[in-house]
Amino acid sequence: MLDKLTQRLDFHGNALLLRAERQRTIASNIANADTPGFVARDFKFADAMRAVDEGRSPGTLTRQSVSDARHIPLPAARTGSGDSTLGYAVQTQPSLDNNSVDMDRERAAFVDNAVRYEATLRFINGNAKTMLSAIQGQ
Amino acid sequence: MSMFSIFNVSGSAISAQSQRLNVVASNLANVDAVAGPDGQAYKARQVVFQTTPMGSDGAAGVRVTGIQESDTPGRRVHDPMNPMADAEGYVTHANVNAVEEMVNMISASRSYQNNVEVMNTAKSLLLKTLQMGQ
Repeated sequence: MLDKLTQRLDFHGNALLLRAERQRTIASNIANADTPGFVARDFKFADAMRAVDEGRSPGTLTRQSVSDARHIPLPAARTGSGDSTLGYAVQTQPSLDNNSVDMDRERAAFVDNAVRYEATLRFINGNAKTMLSAIQGQ
Repeated sequence: MSMFSIFNVSGSAISAQSQRLNVVASNLANVDAVAGPDGQAYKARQVVFQTTPMGSDGAAGVRVTGIQESDTPGRRVHDPMNPMADAEGYVTHANVNAVEEMVNMISASRSYQNNVEVMNTAKSLLLKTLQMGQ
């Protein structure tokens, strides 16, 4: 019973964490927009969410960025032949200093991710309100 | 909490960009400086950016690893009446290219604004997260 109550909260909680991680990844890209040789990184939210939802973590997503076994593993950099989903951005307009940050794309992704983060927050708030009214029975 | 490291990342970028702006300002201030008879004029400076890890969770910040002086020869102008002229009557100016510096300045200021925007967004998201469940 309690399990059913919190199941949806768990889902949205995971989504919120992944959104925060993606926000941070994009912030790193924007911060390094002028660093020579920096390679922009990103990950597909849908793939990461599916992986977390199915409970498979170490398989496709490597666990390099977790400090605790219970944390959600972040898709990590592709090292050698290992399979990972944290991709490198494809350059649309290559620059002389090998920096692959596309500022327009990063800014768009940042705003998009911020809006979706807020949406997830609202889902969580709505859920909490629903549960509270169910508990109080009013 | 990964959102908090956004402030470290963007903060490092902001301080790096403001150092770049500082260097541009000093270059522009010395654009008309001339060398004395020894031929040592002001040399244009450029900051060198490098990616640096912020904390343990893979966030990438920026830091200034050093300031390089340009080695291009300064502009030499024939002006025998100038008290700073050398034996042949030439005055060596600083090797600052004003157009390059202006472009550099605009780029630095845009990057600074971008990072401020990132920090503002992260702040408002975190404030909304604090109100979760209320």
